[in-house]
Amino acid sequence: MKCQQCEKPATIHITEITGPELDELHLCEDCGKIYLSQQEPASESTMSPQFKLIEDADELAALEQQVCEICGSNFYEFRHSGRLGCPHDYVCFETELEPLIVNIHAATDHVGKRPKRGVNSSEQQVHLVRMRQEMKEAIEREDYETASSLRDQIQELEKQRKPS
Amino acid sequence: MKLEELARQSSEWLRGSGPESDIVISCRIRLARNLANHPFIRKCSDTDLAAIERTLYETLQSEPKLQDVGYVNLKMLSEIDRQFLVERQLISREHADSNGARAVAIHPEEKFSLMINEEDHLRIQVMNSGLDLDATWEQTDAIDDVVEEHLSYAFHQRLGYLTACPTNVGTGMRVSVMFHLPALVLTQQIDKVFRSLQKMNLAVRGLYGEGSRAMGDFYQISNQITLGRSEKDLIQQVSDVVPQIIDYERRARDFLVHENQQDLHDRVSRAYGLLCSAQTISSEETMELLSSVRMGVNLGLIENLKIPTINKLFIHTQPAHLQKLRGTELDTANRNIERAHYLQRHLQQDGADSAENN
Repeated sequence: MKCQQCEKPATIHITEITGPELDELHLCEDCGKIYLSQQEPASESTMSPQFKLIEDADELAALEQQVCEICGSNFYEFRHSGRLGCPHDYVCFETELEPLIVNIHAATDHVGKRPKRGVNSSEQQVHLVRMRQEMKEAIEREDYETASSLRDQIQELEKQRKPS
Repeated sequence: MKLEELARQSSEWLRGSGPESDIVISCRIRLARNLANHPFIRKCSDTDLAAIERTLYETLQSEPKLQDVGYVNLKMLSEIDRQFLVERQLISREHADSNGARAVAIHPEEKFSLMINEEDHLRIQVMNSGLDLDATWEQTDAIDDVVEEHLSYAFHQRLGYLTACPTNVGTGMRVSVMFHLPALVLTQQIDKVFRSLQKMNLAVRGLYGEGSRAMGDFYQISNQITLGRSEKDLIQQVSDVVPQIIDYERRARDFLVHENQQDLHDRVSRAYGLLCSAQTISSEETMELLSSVRMGVNLGLIENLKIPTINKLFIHTQPAHLQKLRGTELDTANRNIERAHYLQRHLQQDGADSAENN
């Protein structure tokens, strides 16, 4: 396949998903770099749901490099097993998961039941998971002082989200 | 919970009552839920699995509304006992075959089961005989609320309930209706019906869910999408096609009765005869013959036999059930003999009971 902007072979394949429209671009390395550098500032400054799927060998390798800070899964593991590693994966791999979710459900937003009690923000949930992990590690290295301080913090946070 | 006692009773969803119960066997709703502060099953260590199991066990124990459930620890169970629970549809095959701490909480009349550490940390499933999705949803919703009072579910403001597989994210809900469609199979129209359902984003599965063959002409129809629609909308989406499928099946039955009465009557009577007098019979053949007999009873071609009896035989003649009822392990050859005897006993007994009543 030839680059859409010059005669060189296309090595970078970009799928632009903005709203319901799909835009496919096939570019050579040079044109691709130019295209991406032009796009970056725009997507950084706005919060619009703009997603890019870059199916370049390097980028695929990067997919394996990117690891969920909570459970240690990478996206390749998900593609291989079809199961995510932890709730935080939905946040961590949001960009990669989005087109997949749209493809399955033709939707991006939940409509329907929500937990009755105040839901923790996902950051707070992540925070709790991380503190639990740290507490476990503290216990393992017999650092009980840190562990008990973490335990108190966890209990305090959990108290805050009791039914209102 | 004593599985031996469970074996003798008939599940709620086989009661054979409820609206349209000649064609609609049962309906069920399941919700996939995960605890916020634990990894999903794939990333769980043995310690994680045990901790999740404990947390959910304690939740169920402390909740007065859920105190009559029987709690079964699957890790401690023999393979036959796990298979037995699969045959009764109280757990999934995946749940039976996996490793580590896992359990199921079962309502004493099998109106619902709560699977712990299946594909997700918790799967709530409620089943009812016949077609009654609204009541089924009310019960499911109530159980979900009760559990949620005690713990935090993994929930995302935009994506809804988070599940191990993104195919369930959002509501985490699967609504399914199980049909008995022997006439559509006989008249070779079943594929056509299913193709049109698939175009509407509905999934078709066999008796035992994903990947299972359509044994005994049983088919489950369920929603595929779980995100972007409310629970009520999803129920409506499935409900909308039910009258159509019932209508197709009724028309196929009418066609057989009017155009093919003799062949049909012959088929049904032979099936009944074989089931009453065979000396050894496989599970597959039993399912196939029971399917014909069930349709025969519904069409009035066989008298003095009750639908609940036949519904029960579909499940009780399966391998683990036979062994459970017999109280001993049996190899395939002996199971086939035991199955034939079991069928004879129950079909003749039911016939005799009805004759007495008349």
